[in-house]
Amino acid sequence: MTKTSILSAATLQDRLAATGYLADDGLATIGYLALAMERPLLLEGEPGTGKTALAESLAEAFSLPLIRLQCYEGIDASQALYDWDFTAQILHLRSVEAGGGSGLSTAELESSLYDKRFLLARPILKALQESPAVLLIDEIDRADDEFEAFLLEVLSTYQVSIPEFGTVKADTPPIVVLTSNRTRDLHDALKRRCLYHWIDHPGLAREVEIVRTRLPQVPALLAAQVVRTVQQIRATDGVLKPPGVAETLDWARAIHQLGRAELDLASAAASIGALCKYREDTERVTAALARMLG
Amino acid sequence: MVEHSAEEILLAFASAVRAAGVKVTADRARSFVDAVGRLDVGRRPDVFWAGRATLCAAPDELGAYQRTFEAWFAPEPSTAATRDTAATTVSEASLADDAGPSDGAKETVRAVASRRELLRHRDVATLDAAGKELLRRLFAELPVRLPTRPSRRRQLNPHGDIDRVRTLREQLRRGGEPGPLRRARAPRRLRRIVWLIDVSGSMGPYADSLLRLAHRVVAEAPHGVEVFTLGTRLTRVTGALRLPDADDALGVAGRTVPDWSGGTRLGEVLRAFNDRWGQRAVARGAVVVIASDGWERGDPALLGRQVERLHHVARRIIWANPHRGKQGYQPVQQGIMAVLPHVDHFVDGHSLKSFEELLGVVANA
Repeated sequence: MTKTSILSAATLQDRLAATGYLADDGLATIGYLALAMERPLLLEGEPGTGKTALAESLAEAFSLPLIRLQCYEGIDASQALYDWDFTAQILHLRSVEAGGGSGLSTAELESSLYDKRFLLARPILKALQESPAVLLIDEIDRADDEFEAFLLEVLSTYQVSIPEFGTVKADTPPIVVLTSNRTRDLHDALKRRCLYHWIDHPGLAREVEIVRTRLPQVPALLAAQVVRTVQQIRATDGVLKPPGVAETLDWARAIHQLGRAELDLASAAASIGALCKYREDTERVTAALARMLG
Repeated sequence: MVEHSAEEILLAFASAVRAAGVKVTADRARSFVDAVGRLDVGRRPDVFWAGRATLCAAPDELGAYQRTFEAWFAPEPSTAATRDTAATTVSEASLADDAGPSDGAKETVRAVASRRELLRHRDVATLDAAGKELLRRLFAELPVRLPTRPSRRRQLNPHGDIDRVRTLREQLRRGGEPGPLRRARAPRRLRRIVWLIDVSGSMGPYADSLLRLAHRVVAEAPHGVEVFTLGTRLTRVTGALRLPDADDALGVAGRTVPDWSGGTRLGEVLRAFNDRWGQRAVARGAVVVIASDGWERGDPALLGRQVERLHHVARRIIWANPHRGKQGYQPVQQGIMAVLPHVDHFVDGHSLKSFEELLGVVANA
């Protein structure tokens, strides 16, 4: 029995709920499968639907360290896996020299250069060393094809070999969560390794529940009003970027911060920046708010 | 009725999902059976979620999956229907005008060579069946160069500028002994290309050739090119065009596009593109080719606004108009008037020669 073995999807749902993440049945089932089958979880969905938050909650629920790797264009193995600390190695050489060689043979000296303390463990290696852990590979779609191929290798064996050092293998595979915003298609090979889930925006009742759980200080009336407004904005045609749950939470927090107990036009307009990130959206939403609350 | 084992039913369901157009491979089907085994095969939602996680890999596959699931597993558990029907009726949209075997296929090489020169300048809308056949083969020979951008990191390259950091690193590795200078330069990466091809009625004679052109470019860089068709709605056909054979690819694309030769509201469809794909990332920094005659039934001002929005995120916008190369053409239509201020290149798109020129413009964008 390892730390992460659980009996059913419902157990996982409860555990996540205890950390403040409300997963629906589908997500809980797939999360449970990912743990049971030891497969990475590939989450796609609109920004702000809680893809990254799921990894954070998983780490908290099983009290595991969360190791995050943010992908970007041009990321390569030395930023994701490991690197040697040149400066420290040179310093080490100099200090050996200054100490008069300390009777080490050349071969011993060289092997002492590739010691564990000069190895800079980047996120993936760290996850393998510290496993059980949660490894979050964020926005994998931003990285390029070569990196995907490299990742595939690591995710199929959960081990990495470093020429000067040896092979690092995770005793228990880490829980791996990949997120993608679909800015490009991932390769089939990588998708086949993973369990796939598309996260949708939550429904009205669930979103109210999320706001109440995450922000207990916000009064129920305000939470319901904010969520209803956001849901309407999402359903409106022509919004450039529909607000996600993250924006809902920001906005509710902002209005609460302004000391309001319910939604009114003045505070809504003042805090609209928490909700809309495009000028065109701001104009459209402000006009719609005036109609709704005016 | 023969009793089927649960595993047989699940595998049969997986192949029904494949028939509905989801890419289900054998190992995915195995994962699906494995996943259901860890849940409760008698519970409908468990089977549903296990299948969705293992068989699907993209949001546009979820609809087909759901329809197949509902057709297969009746709402009350344990009565798995064994009907092999995917609840999707795709209307056959054949792209070829009259796909009969033509005598053109038996032409001798020499005759072909002289006809080729003539063909290059001919308007593709005026070709007969044999000419079309030849044109299709000529597409495969179109020279494709792709636009590039400098990558974000530099690599060692003897022709680059002196790289101070690498030079010093190199010297540190030798314990501070001076050594040769290291030079580095940012390598070139492919720049993304986005094709937006108008398939409305007025573009009928050209859509086939333009899709073939896009297919040719997709073949050069399968993951650096995205293709969409614009009609009454926006359809992404990139996946179809990745098939290596042009005729197969166009056949699949034709079945994917629901609104072949319908009307068009360019402005609204472009808005959908901007909202869903453009603003996000696909068009960011990309070379965008819009192939359309600019017949806009909707509001030209909206069209202008949407092209302007696209222009803000794209690297270059190239507008190819099949009518531009014809005698006496003047850009007077309201649609074209509205977009011209936001377009970087306005080019022809009616003959093989003009396609070659278009590819040249794309490569240098």
